[in-house]
Amino acid sequence: MSRHEAKLPDGFEDPVFAEPWQAEAFAMTVALHDKGLFSWSEWADALSGEVKKPDAASDGHDYYEHWLVALEKLLSAKGVAGKGEVDALAAAWERAAHATPHGKPILLENDPGLGR
Amino acid sequence: MSHDHDHDNELDPFAARVRALETILTQKGLIDPAAIDVIVDTYETKVGPRNGARVVARAWSDPAYADWLKRDATAAIASLGYTGRQGEHMQAVFNTEETHNLVVCTLCSCYPWSVLGLPPVWYKAPPYRSRAVIDPRGVLEEFGLTLPKDKKIRVWDSTTELRYLVVPMRPKGTEGWSEEQLADLVSRDAMIGTALAKQPE
Repeated sequence: MSRHEAKLPDGFEDPVFAEPWQAEAFAMTVALHDKGLFSWSEWADALSGEVKKPDAASDGHDYYEHWLVALEKLLSAKGVAGKGEVDALAAAWERAAHATPHGKPILLENDPGLGR
Repeated sequence: MSHDHDHDNELDPFAARVRALETILTQKGLIDPAAIDVIVDTYETKVGPRNGARVVARAWSDPAYADWLKRDATAAIASLGYTGRQGEHMQAVFNTEETHNLVVCTLCSCYPWSVLGLPPVWYKAPPYRSRAVIDPRGVLEEFGLTLPKDKKIRVWDSTTELRYLVVPMRPKGTEGWSEEQLADLVSRDAMIGTALAKQPE
């Protein structure tokens, strides 16, 4: 085999989710489908569009990053959550996390930029 | 708040975006955070390849069940309490002396969640998705599975509507075993087709 990136990845027994946000992104998608917001083939088309991009890592470690992008695009297309709205709220969450002392739950109310 | 941030929390950008989506979707009444936790718990701890192994063990033990599984896998699997939540249909593909079966999803990562849980990382990664179809024999060798040259390999490409479960061949020397004992011989990879059933010790 000539192409190094065509090797199969190691880590056959990796846990299902590497980080909690991956599990949450997965579960939100399942819940929104249960709610009837989109059909599963709509979802598969959205996900396929992302994971088939040439920059997808051959070891699959970025799979849930593509998953999240696919979910955001689908929600934007459905008029549920626009990119600007998600960007702003994500920034607020990052500020809130930064302003929350270690060991305390991160709450959006902790965002020092809130109400400005 | 002081400027001493040494012990503060940080959210990485992906985690922050997920929180943002959760906030918006919860406010709109589209998701319930408690239900999200239940889904995560289900897929992390309750649904997994043990389900599929029980299906295979039943098929090995009960010819009438095996026949049903061949004809209508969706119903035969549901009868053991395993049903898919995306409305997908199941097809069971049986390994024989002549043919070995291998499952892939070239589209994205369609996988029989209800019987195998969530797919392993390699199943979702581009090399497996592209190469399983082009060079199945080579892929199997990388998994440590070398099949006789005259054995045919049939590759099944999953879709959102139809997902496959490989029923491996029952190992010799397991006559009279209980379904529970037999299920222990059936690994996740054996039901994807990248391994065989384990041999009895």
